[in-house]
Amino acid sequence: MSTEQSNEQMPDWSGYRGVLVFIEQRSGTAKKVSWQLLGAGKKLADKLEVPLMAFVIGDQVGHLADEAIYYGADRVFLCQGPELQDYRTRPYSRITLKLIEEHKPEICLFGATGTGRDLAGAIATHLPTGLTADTTELDVEPHPSRLLLASRPAFSEKMMATILCKQYRPQMATARAGVFQALPRDPERQGEIILIPNPTAGEQIATEVVNFIEQTGTVNLEEAEIIVSGGRGLGGVEPFRLLKELADELGGQVGASRACVDAGWIAHEHQVGQTGYTVRPKLYFAIGISGAVQHTVGMAGSDVIIAINKDENAPIFQFAHYGIVGDLFQIVPAITAEVKKRKAAKEDPTMAFKV
Amino acid sequence: MLHIVVCIKQVPDSREIRIDPVTNTLIRQGVPSIVNFYDLHGLEEALRIKDELGARVTVVTMGPPPAEKSLKECISLGADEAVLITDRKFAGADTLATSYVLAKTLEKVADEWGAIDMVFCGKQTLDGDTGQVGPGIACRLDLEQLTYVGKVIHVDPEKRRVRVERKLEDGVEVVETSFPVLITALKELNKVRRAPMPGMIRAARFKPVVWTTNDFPDIEISKIGLKGSPTIVSKTWVPEVRKVNGEKISGEALEQIAEQLMEKLWGSELAQKLGWA
Repeated sequence: MSTEQSNEQMPDWSGYRGVLVFIEQRSGTAKKVSWQLLGAGKKLADKLEVPLMAFVIGDQVGHLADEAIYYGADRVFLCQGPELQDYRTRPYSRITLKLIEEHKPEICLFGATGTGRDLAGAIATHLPTGLTADTTELDVEPHPSRLLLASRPAFSEKMMATILCKQYRPQMATARAGVFQALPRDPERQGEIILIPNPTAGEQIATEVVNFIEQTGTVNLEEAEIIVSGGRGLGGVEPFRLLKELADELGGQVGASRACVDAGWIAHEHQVGQTGYTVRPKLYFAIGISGAVQHTVGMAGSDVIIAINKDENAPIFQFAHYGIVGDLFQIVPAITAEVKKRKAAKEDPTMAFKV
Repeated sequence: MLHIVVCIKQVPDSREIRIDPVTNTLIRQGVPSIVNFYDLHGLEEALRIKDELGARVTVVTMGPPPAEKSLKECISLGADEAVLITDRKFAGADTLATSYVLAKTLEKVADEWGAIDMVFCGKQTLDGDTGQVGPGIACRLDLEQLTYVGKVIHVDPEKRRVRVERKLEDGVEVVETSFPVLITALKELNKVRRAPMPGMIRAARFKPVVWTTNDFPDIEISKIGLKGSPTIVSKTWVPEVRKVNGEKISGEALEQIAEQLMEKLWGSELAQKLGWA
């Protein structure tokens, strides 16, 4: 990233039109971020009055081309073959490059996942063009500039920066999972599927995927309806047990602020905030979390936020719908007990009279 | 003998950067410079391969002259040679321009000290956070590319193959490929050693090889620095979050507080949305 240059003449990019989204998949299941990117891409495409395109690479992934249309794509490129079952940089980047060179999209979006970043990094260098990593906001300037305004956190999440790519096309960005919203799936939606021959058929490829050990673990913050998050105020690993009990009782998941992850109290997959996940659950507990902006930008979109903190001046209370000032070590178990009581009452209505 | 190159970057420890609450600008004073810690895990892995199989380990960095300090740190840990690429013309480079210069550098390193078998980079830098320079170098030098590596399982210098574990969001991928290969390192890859006394002594006297644009006769000036960078920062701002300033819940006893809270939640539309009611 460099600083603003003078207002140079922009080259003629009229040959480049449309927004192209990479549909990432494993074993025929698409990553959620792909549908989220179609949601983000649709807005850009509408504003630019161009089609939204998607591409799917893999083995027996034709159904994902249909899904891409249901989630908003107007045109889907589909490339299939047994060699393409697992993501590998060389074959996937060859196919993607050819696609971009032939169909000339003005914007290309990839998930900021291991695979998306691996592929986008290779593509952008080959083309060459500018690539903005890990964007959390995407917008476009209308015609004639048609510039992609790709914004991302910078300086350990303390600032946001908008990055432009004026002199090259396509404009490329990777985008974070869980930030953008997918359109509702519409199985009536029509679109065009274009088959691309597999250029790597029967070819010797040096890289070989030997095995994949799935670890979809128990944490999936982006899809959780309820998240119980802890911060520095917990003081260590052990108190997370209290949060886990409450989360289990509510059918939710445990989250954490960056401080806890940096301190090694909990794994990164639990982290909410700019370097972690952006979440929008229906109910969010912020427990022992002071409320630094790096955290609040990742959870302020939650429907209902409850903050528990012993410091009544903690900024987190400004973002909370309900605030409780006090000792989390006492309050959290009390809430867990109350939830248990209500659940019991719901299951056995006669209990309601006994408690 | 294997030749392993490790690309490192000296970065401000961005975890220490603060925002001035009045001017909303970055306070950079007093922020320490460190070796990007993912890069140190790359170096450590190179040194482990050196310890086990024998290898020559060359460290390179692009940066201003004070980046020499980081190269010395790598020497103290056990690297054999260190190269500093420094020139005002390189300044303002984005990931595309950076990978161009580093690729040119690696070509020159290969000319000087022998063909390169493996390249290690950190998975990303602390200040840029892009993870794009590694794949950029691999692409330019036509290397195999293994990103987000959490474990090197086996290096076979005879067959010239390496098997690793890549750590992805949804699991661990066991993958192998051929030399020459570029690997980007995660924190999980290893535990970085402490510099041994002889290493520290060597580092104290060590002077890295310094290359400027003059050392690259065929470098295209249009591809380096600010000029060679397609991306530009158009604006920066400090994010603001919507404030709701909701109600405080208090009470004499804990049970009371918990009950009040749940009463409010159960009585709201949230309860319907969550299927509680």
